[in-house]
Amino acid sequence: MLPKPKKVQEVYLDHAATTYVSLEVFKVMKPYFTEHYGNPSSLYRLGRQANQTLLESRKIIAGLIHAQPGNIIFTGGGTESDNLAIYGIARAHEQKGKHIISIGIEHHAVLHPLEDLKKAGLPAGRQGFEITYIKVDKNGLVNPAEVAKAIRPDTVLITIMYANNEIGVVEPIAEIGREILKYRKIHNTTYPYFHTDACQAAGYLDLDVEKLHVDLMTVNGSKIYGPKGVGFLYLRNGVKIKPIILGGGQERNLRSGTENVAGIVGLAKAFELAQKNRVKESDRVQKLAQYLWQQIEAKIPKIKLNGPEIGEGRLPNNLNVTFMDVEGEALLLYLDEYGIMCSTGSACTSESLEPSHVLRALGLPYEYAHGSLRFSLGKVNTKADLDYLMKYLPEIIKVLREMSPVNLGTKKHAQYK
Amino acid sequence: MSKKVIKKKNLKEPVDIRSANGEGWLYSDIVKDHFFNPRNFMKYEEEEKFKFNGLGRVGSPACGDEMVLWLSIDPKTEKIRDCRWRTFGCGSAIASTSILSEMITEKGGMKIEMALKIRPQDIMKRLGGLPDRKVHCSVLGDKALQAAINDYFRQTSQHHRIVTAGAKIIDPVLKITDKDVEEAVLEGAQTLEDLQKKLKVGVFNKEAIPALEELLRFYTEKYYK
Repeated sequence: MLPKPKKVQEVYLDHAATTYVSLEVFKVMKPYFTEHYGNPSSLYRLGRQANQTLLESRKIIAGLIHAQPGNIIFTGGGTESDNLAIYGIARAHEQKGKHIISIGIEHHAVLHPLEDLKKAGLPAGRQGFEITYIKVDKNGLVNPAEVAKAIRPDTVLITIMYANNEIGVVEPIAEIGREILKYRKIHNTTYPYFHTDACQAAGYLDLDVEKLHVDLMTVNGSKIYGPKGVGFLYLRNGVKIKPIILGGGQERNLRSGTENVAGIVGLAKAFELAQKNRVKESDRVQKLAQYLWQQIEAKIPKIKLNGPEIGEGRLPNNLNVTFMDVEGEALLLYLDEYGIMCSTGSACTSESLEPSHVLRALGLPYEYAHGSLRFSLGKVNTKADLDYLMKYLPEIIKVLREMSPVNLGTKKHAQYK
Repeated sequence: MSKKVIKKKNLKEPVDIRSANGEGWLYSDIVKDHFFNPRNFMKYEEEEKFKFNGLGRVGSPACGDEMVLWLSIDPKTEKIRDCRWRTFGCGSAIASTSILSEMITEKGGMKIEMALKIRPQDIMKRLGGLPDRKVHCSVLGDKALQAAINDYFRQTSQHHRIVTAGAKIIDPVLKITDKDVEEAVLEGAQTLEDLQKKLKVGVFNKEAIPALEELLRFYTEKYYK
């Protein structure tokens, strides 16, 4: 086994999976667990105060995305917001049509509801939806003109992510938004509606809904140093959706269930901080990502950057690299021994034993997906973290490559291929 | 290292990181040991030097696992004197090849007759169990061994001894064999619907369904019960 360092450092390079809750956020949340625990629907003082807090949080968030407080629906996280947007629009507007447009590199929180809508539903005989997935290019980018071309009279929803969680590609949401506006004007219709999943973008990109021309937008807390299990869906005025959770009628009847006040306060604070530090932090992590990529390029042969070049077209904190001839899970296990945490698109770590659908959608062969690592940087990371990683990564790759039969050097072995 | 070491009792049961009883590490201590300290793998400098008379190669990197096994078999005693291997794959694939290499060379070497009888379960047992989803990795090990021994038979002109994996066609329309079903089960198929997904077929031939269901049950019991 490779020599271990005297002191194993913890290096967290998986911020796209989730982030810690920042102390500043945790501090504002605390009193809402034990002191201000009232139910916002209650009439007495404790309840009214909770309700007031909700309103303030709503205002903070709305202000940051150029919306009104009434446009914000608090939910139980990104997956729920995505589900609410998709099922919500689909069920409220199926009389108009049953066609939805999306892309193949969406998160499963979008893809699985879409696939579910495809199935013929109850009551018996009800037809399923038709989904058009627009092809992305080799870097994961979708062409707005092709999205526009796919719109039909029965298209009710277009859902395209703002930035991809695996390869960091930033989709041209504003341009797609403008294409949709154009279509609506020419055809004198309010359809199709436009939803974007902005969970990965929230800390690094501008989320102004008027600039993006989106009608629905998903954001969650756990990627922006806020709490897990809380998020919101932006819903433009006049756009009707059907709720997916029924009960006490909270959130204007669109999301029942007693509001997670502490979580919502934390989400608002986290989002406020994320947007405030956005430009500076983006610049800082991008330089780090650039540095890491340069180091990898200089020290490790047979590699490939997955997704767009580092720059405006890519989330500044994301780096996704394929290391040929080695397998991602084995790499993760080694890195874990050194205290380094990141993720892989390899099949071996997924429940389905299928490699990443995102990497495959780029047209990468299976073996590329198997050997991929995703590093996603965050507030805590410094150059020293990356130097620590680079002290061991080249050696680990070397060891695993020696164990791998994929690239046997001599002729003697090649004939058995 | 601050990582919690799995207690001995857990070695009996496969540990799945996603299951409620997962305790810190995905694999048993034995798997971990063989993964980090692999035995008998083919080092770069041995590539030209290592003398072998049987070579087996199974899998492909596209599937996520590939394994090559070199055997040095004593023609007189038919014992495996030495072996080398290389594996592309996850932690359990590497560990299972490493432990297989130990099983066939320890105590003066295993007779090839015995080696041909090694089943995936035998490898898993020695590893202290594997998570269900990982069972397919160790299956590659016994297949590589069989391929290498067949190669030895070929190289020593004992063609009559070559063991062919007798694949039986279950669905004549889709050309699905019992081996296909076995693979699918090892990859996690539990229902006919799963089978269809894994085998990438639309609808099974109706007449073949009873046989498919029977095989599904058979292999599920073989590997998971």
